[in-house]
Amino acid sequence: MLDWLQQFGRFWIDLAGSFGRSHIFLSRILLSIPSLVFRFSLVVKQLYASGVLTLSIILVSGLFVGMVLALQGYNTLVGFGAEESLGVVVALTLVRELGPVVSGLLFAGRAGSAMTAEIGLMKATEQLAGLEMMAVDPYKRIFAPRFLAGFIALPCLAAMFSAIGVLGGYLVGVEVLGVDDGAFWSQMKSAVNFVDDVVNGLIKALVFGFVVCWIAIFQGADCIPTSEGVSRATTRTVVYSSLAILGLDFLLTAVMFSV
Amino acid sequence: MQGRFIEILVGIFMLLFFVAMGILALRVSNLSSIGGNSGYEITAAFENIGGLKVRSAVSAGGVRVGRVSAIKYSSEDYNAVVTMKIDEEFSSFPIDTTASIYTAGLLGEQYIGLEPGADFEYLEAGHEIELTQSAVVLEKLIGQVVFSRSGEK
Amino acid sequence: MTDSTSDNDRNTIVQSDSTVDATLAAAAVTAGAAVTTESTEQSSENLVEIRGLHFTRGRKPIFTGLDIDIPRGKITTIMGPSGTGKTTLLKIIGAQLKPRRGKVHFDGHNVHKLRRRKLFELRKRMGMLFQSGALLTDLTVFENVAFPLREHTELPDRLIRHLVLMRLHAVGLRGARDMKPAELSGGMSRRVALARALVLDPEIIMYDEPFTGQDPISMGVLVELISKMNQALGLTSVIVSHDIKEALSISDHVVIISDGKVVATGSPTRLAASDSPWVRQFLDGAADGPVPFQYAAPDYADDLLGS
Repeated sequence: MLDWLQQFGRFWIDLAGSFGRSHIFLSRILLSIPSLVFRFSLVVKQLYASGVLTLSIILVSGLFVGMVLALQGYNTLVGFGAEESLGVVVALTLVRELGPVVSGLLFAGRAGSAMTAEIGLMKATEQLAGLEMMAVDPYKRIFAPRFLAGFIALPCLAAMFSAIGVLGGYLVGVEVLGVDDGAFWSQMKSAVNFVDDVVNGLIKALVFGFVVCWIAIFQGADCIPTSEGVSRATTRTVVYSSLAILGLDFLLTAVMFSV
Repeated sequence: MQGRFIEILVGIFMLLFFVAMGILALRVSNLSSIGGNSGYEITAAFENIGGLKVRSAVSAGGVRVGRVSAIKYSSEDYNAVVTMKIDEEFSSFPIDTTASIYTAGLLGEQYIGLEPGADFEYLEAGHEIELTQSAVVLEKLIGQVVFSRSGEK
Repeated sequence: MTDSTSDNDRNTIVQSDSTVDATLAAAAVTAGAAVTTESTEQSSENLVEIRGLHFTRGRKPIFTGLDIDIPRGKITTIMGPSGTGKTTLLKIIGAQLKPRRGKVHFDGHNVHKLRRRKLFELRKRMGMLFQSGALLTDLTVFENVAFPLREHTELPDRLIRHLVLMRLHAVGLRGARDMKPAELSGGMSRRVALARALVLDPEIIMYDEPFTGQDPISMGVLVELISKMNQALGLTSVIVSHDIKEALSISDHVVIISDGKVVATGSPTRLAASDSPWVRQFLDGAADGPVPFQYAAPDYADDLLGS
């Protein structure tokens, strides 16, 4: 009994500890970001790792999600004789929700886990300690560029996801199912507001990018420096990021679109 | 060498982002129509606006000429005050224009239809349309029909 | 960087066929000119002084009142059974870990009291050789050695190339410059790491288990390199090791720690002649002695019969 209580207490103390550490960690990263102005090539390199390498999966998924939306939406809307609104349904769903959320999840799986594994491995092979001893600040050299690059990359990916999803919806809706071309675009255009829908969607993606990078980099830097520890940390990154994205999505949607 | 390759790919990546934003801004959403901010606002008071919403269409003769920009309730006159923004090119609505709320189809979206009057003075920014016709509320209509039918018997 | 130094540099490259030592000495001069370290002309005999060090990991005490002096310009070997925290000690000297109590002075500075910026300045004067080499896996051997120069100096590429090739030549790996760390053997990556640790021309180099897991040849190479570097560059070296033969053969000063304290200290010859049971057990590799074979446990008979 006492043992159980002890473990229970230890669990919460550990949780509080890592919560505190992660915030200190985040603030140190944020403080290191200004120094990147002089070392922007580091960020470019990480943009390649987290942006360019995630691009293909984002584009393919975006296309298919848009096509599926068009199929599903058409079957529902045609019952009300409102299939002309297909463009609206596809565009709003993508721009407001699926664009940021699905690209966030894919980003966490592809780029986030890679970040954790890379940093975890650097820790396990003493590269981080080595940098410290070479008087190179890992926060400035390793963590901050990855953080900033991920933060920039995710909104870009989300915008591309939405754009190609709309194109996929157009292909299925107009070219295959025969919705009127003009109605598809004009209804979409009159129903989708740039600031309320597109920009808010991108703000969601920015928030997700921030959180995913934070989780991924922290898990990497905080992992137990063994191969098992690194693999666990990678799993944790994907799980925590996904949960954070879905939870935050609910909060953000409630704040942005409930008026 | 490799660094250069990466830079180019990242450049293409950012370019794709701008293309995507272009599609989202110009093709998917209405940035082009609010971007110019050209147009003038007029108001109209309705007893009942039914399901009219901000950003509902304002049309004349079936052509969209503007958009509802705000809806307020006036507790002095007990009616709904609708502000609409009319595009600049449609600047010659007579002052005795009628504004009515219609429904597109049986269950479709509601919109404001403008029927131009015959006056020589035109509506300008800040003017109010005096002649308005409220939305048809389906429940009321059904109620009336039922009532009159039962009266006949 | 002025032209005169790069000329100087070219000269040394031309001469480099003579002897490794000459190259190194020249390299030390150029790098010393290139990297401005605020070298305080305080000629105390000990470069590092550790006083009353206490350190605990979790609940386990690692050090309980450790006092060590590391003399300038000498090779000091720190030995002790595994698990006595020798690697931890190096990390404490490098201020990567903070002790619970006690002081570490490096050239008169208390390393744990320094602000981050000062500490980083100080670390440029330290080199550390990690057991795994700790090379950056995404860079080539050349870039790894060039890394500290690129991070800390504004030297032109040509000069960096010279400095890096000189260091690689000194460790005998000039030909491996385009390889990735993953392609190197353990001994080679340690040599690359040594070249990298030397490139900023530090005053002290700390070697963490440099001989562990090496075949006899690469062990011989490392032993040779360490002692040669120390003489040629006037370095202070600290070696953490339990490869007694190799370590004793090159060190000037030996410290044996056990149970969080220094149990013996002195020159290799004095220790070899010592009859202290601690030293004897350690040097002779006896299974039982002051360091018990049994990990601390309740009485055997009680343990079997009781419960």
